[in-house]
Amino acid sequence: MSDPKKEWPLWEVFVRAKNGLSHKHVGSVHAADDRMAIEAARDTYTRRMEGVSLWVVPSAAIVASDPAEAGPLFEPAEDKVYRHPTFYVVPDNVKHI
Amino acid sequence: MYTTELQNQAGKPKAQVASTEDPALLEAFEARVAADEFIEPKDWMPEAYRRTLVRQISQHAHSEIVGMLPEGNWISRAPTLRRKAVLLAKVQDEGGHGLYLYAAAETLGTSRDEMVEALHSGKAKYSTIFNYPTLTWADIGAIGWLVDGAAIMNQVPLQRTSYGPYARAMVRVCKEESFHQRQGYEIMMAMASGTPEQKRMAQDALNRWWWPSLMMFGPPDENSPNTAQSMRWRIKRDTNDELRQKFVDVTVPQAEAIGLTVPDPDLKWNEAKGGHDFGEIDWEEFYAVVRGEGPVAKERMKARIDAWNDGAWVREAALAHAAKRNARAAA
Ligand SMILES: [Fe+2]
Ligand SMILES: [Fe+2]
Repeated sequence: MSDPKKEWPLWEVFVRAKNGLSHKHVGSVHAADDRMAIEAARDTYTRRMEGVSLWVVPSAAIVASDPAEAGPLFEPAEDKVYRHPTFYVVPDNVKHI
Repeated sequence: MYTTELQNQAGKPKAQVASTEDPALLEAFEARVAADEFIEPKDWMPEAYRRTLVRQISQHAHSEIVGMLPEGNWISRAPTLRRKAVLLAKVQDEGGHGLYLYAAAETLGTSRDEMVEALHSGKAKYSTIFNYPTLTWADIGAIGWLVDGAAIMNQVPLQRTSYGPYARAMVRVCKEESFHQRQGYEIMMAMASGTPEQKRMAQDALNRWWWPSLMMFGPPDENSPNTAQSMRWRIKRDTNDELRQKFVDVTVPQAEAIGLTVPDPDLKWNEAKGGHDFGEIDWEEFYAVVRGEGPVAKERMKARIDAWNDGAWVREAALAHAAKRNARAAA
């Protein structure tokens, strides 16, 4: 029963709540193929008008960054406050900038 | 709720396994959890944390799935088309809850098939409440009102549980639960204000479901040895007794409002503590049901195993079809 070859593959599900918004990850489903994954995602994640569009992606296809690398990847941004407009001082009487 | 820690059935503490884990990693983990940070699947976590989560989340998932059976029993006999549509939607939601939770548990490195196998072999537990039979239509009212009510009480704080995928699954579940409770209460309300016979059925359902619902919160705190660790890891946010007390305090006035009587002669308001005092729970019955001696435990497991076995050809055919399509696309 726990033969991994016999278990339906896992798919990650993304829902677009309405046009104008991006698809957002909501969870995952098991399905034998892409069509079934869409149908399972529809039944599992959109029973209450949560979306107008679905993406399903084989979970195995997702490449994720390693949490151990979070420091080198994301910390360099912390001391670059000059990338934000609030870093710059503009006189009060100057408008529209 | 369905998340009661059912491992230590007689309430005896487990021997602590000496940890061989890196103390620096452990300390960093404890600090993150204490600061109410969420832990995500690829983050380092202590083995015991992972094991506790797999056990609790899969137990919770099994409860959602097995919980479809007592109510499913009444779909074809719902008294009106409206009630049937509502019950069908509710039972479908419970299936969805099971799936969100299995998916959350899978992020911890356990497979869906392993969890299903553990349920069918009796190794994994599920909430004791589902081993009681649904004898009349009023039971469907009592389940929605009391069982889903107790589930909500337990699940609301779990939206802030420390494991991210579990917390997110709980957010979805909680959004869906309140309709479950309201439709149950509505059934009870209709029956309680109906003919004397209907009111008698409603009272009878309350009588039978009240105590098992209180048991859903799990053993009393002094017999719940894992609670302290689970609370320190922010897996659990309230103790069993705290949640049980809260449930009693909100539910008693709901019963009074529709003219039903909670079947507990010791129940009375305690002004000093600002809550109800209530009678002793029959913990012998609880542990017997945990051991699989509930009135319909065998029937429930047989229904699950039959469904799994009868569906085997569908699972295989779908895979064969997918393989054939892939081969054609590649050619
Ligand atoms: Fe549920
Ligand atoms: Fe529910």
